Amino acid sequence: MGPNDLAALWVTLRLALTSTLLLLLLGTPVAWWLARSHSRARTLVETIIALPLVLPPTVLGFYLLIALSPNGIIGAGWMALGGNGLAFTFSGLVIGSVLYSMPFVVQPLQNAFAAIDRRTLEAAGTLRASPLDRFFSVVIPLARPGLITAATLGFAHTLGEFGVVLMIGGNIPGKTQVLSIAIYDHVESLQYAQAHLLSAGLLIFSFLILFLVYRTNGTSLLRRENR
Amino acid sequence: MSTGINFRFKLPLGTFTLDAAGEIPSRGVTALFGRSGCGKTSLLRCIAGLEQAGDAYLSIAGECWHDSDKGFYLPPHKRAIGYVFQEGMLFPHLRVGENLRFGHRRTPVGQRSEDFDRVVQLLGLGPLIDRSPAQLSGGEKQRVAIGRALLNHPRLLLMDEPMAALDRGHKKEILPYLERLHGESDIPIIYVTHDLDELARIADHLVLIEQGTILAAGPLYEMLGRVDLPIARDEEAGALFDTRIVHHDQTYHLSRLALDGCELTVGWIDRPVGAMVRIRIHAKDVSLALDPPGPTSILNVLPVTVLEMAAHGRGRMIVKLDLGGQPLLARITQKSQANLDLRPGMRVYAQIKSVALSL
Repeated sequence: MGPNDLAALWVTLRLALTSTLLLLLLGTPVAWWLARSHSRARTLVETIIALPLVLPPTVLGFYLLIALSPNGIIGAGWMALGGNGLAFTFSGLVIGSVLYSMPFVVQPLQNAFAAIDRRTLEAAGTLRASPLDRFFSVVIPLARPGLITAATLGFAHTLGEFGVVLMIGGNIPGKTQVLSIAIYDHVESLQYAQAHLLSAGLLIFSFLILFLVYRTNGTSLLRRENR
Repeated sequence: MSTGINFRFKLPLGTFTLDAAGEIPSRGVTALFGRSGCGKTSLLRCIAGLEQAGDAYLSIAGECWHDSDKGFYLPPHKRAIGYVFQEGMLFPHLRVGENLRFGHRRTPVGQRSEDFDRVVQLLGLGPLIDRSPAQLSGGEKQRVAIGRALLNHPRLLLMDEPMAALDRGHKKEILPYLERLHGESDIPIIYVTHDLDELARIADHLVLIEQGTILAAGPLYEMLGRVDLPIARDEEAGALFDTRIVHHDQTYHLSRLALDGCELTVGWIDRPVGAMVRIRIHAKDVSLALDPPGPTSILNVLPVTVLEMAAHGRGRMIVKLDLGGQPLLARITQKSQANLDLRPGMRVYAQIKSVALSL
């Protein structure tokens, strides 16, 4: 593996971890609201969040590129806050990844939250637990399998991302070049051996993560039923 | 300043509106009684603060919890209440011990009025402490839920049909605990039920609810002895008496109970002479005769005075009788009433076929 490949691996892992963290932080309140709200805006928000599921990544990437440019709405705001421009930077990649992977995080969380009986929360309320207290002492533990699924899907989806990254991050080795693009480059230049190495590595890694998560989640669900 | 629970709630409930105001005594068990869907659970939820009525007032022993006129509403987690849901609603991710301590841990030490071990002992929870809720039977879950509510150190215990989801066997298992709770705790309890037998066993006061409004309220004995209320029409209608065991008859396996000036002979009661027992005489088990009947298999024939009567349709009547100063109800047919020419003030003989115990 060349130094560029190692750098791509590092960028990819960093991107996936950062995005997953942000996805959970942002996705949890959104999913909670979607699971509990009867507001009319709910359908609108659900639709917007689900859009990346159907849009070609290039469409999202194209509009993000425009928005992140120094004159775009996000880019200009970022510059005004003292930032250095977002397009073709790691931060830009994170923004793109978060938007692109949002449905994969929000939907399992929303399902997990919706499955919690309202009365269980009311019971906690009558037992002196404030709304925030209830969220951390009852909601989060009960939604744990959903949280794990959300984190895994968010992580795995970011790991395999290609189109959005290419549109907004370009292909700067060591900065914005991720594994999926490095593989593409190798194939383009007919370096099949390197392409194999990275592809097989990504394949095995993804398989292992999913397998581990499903195993822990699966057994924890089973244990719950046996209790 | 009132020591009881004063309330006023107006809350739309689909086809009708809960529109209830009144006072609940600060001692004993007050039952909110009515048919399913009459609004009794909504009233309980309003008292807990789980439902926020637009027009509302609630104060507990002079302390205001809700006053919509002043824009004041204390959310449930700031009210010192214990709430028992129909299905227990234990936290599935916590063991029984952690469920019991959920409210306990969140109560400031100075406000803790219940002792953990005492509650565990009162409800027989010792062997369950390390189990998870999924390993409990329905009755056990409800006992834990009651314990969890008590260990929230409430000033007011609210119970929403805590036995409705249980089968007969588990109800039998829970009732003695509720009665012990009633006897040993001085926290006022508001108890929602639609079961007349349950009501007779544990309540002291009764609030009768129909279509979201309070039809009548008062001491249980008085209310169960009234002929003008829908409960008198119930198949299980009947009067309540607090009696004392005065004699056990070993030969015939019978016990004799004393109530104001007269005695009742009933099946053997496994309690010592001198013990107080609450009994219920169902109206359907009482028949009337103008003269003392001759030899009869009925053991209890008591002289009574007719107080009032009400027709209940389909040829049936309910008759309120005076038995040593307490009301006794009898259900007879309108034809019998005509035959006997029953009128208020008449002295007749009540033949009591059986007596239900509410131990």
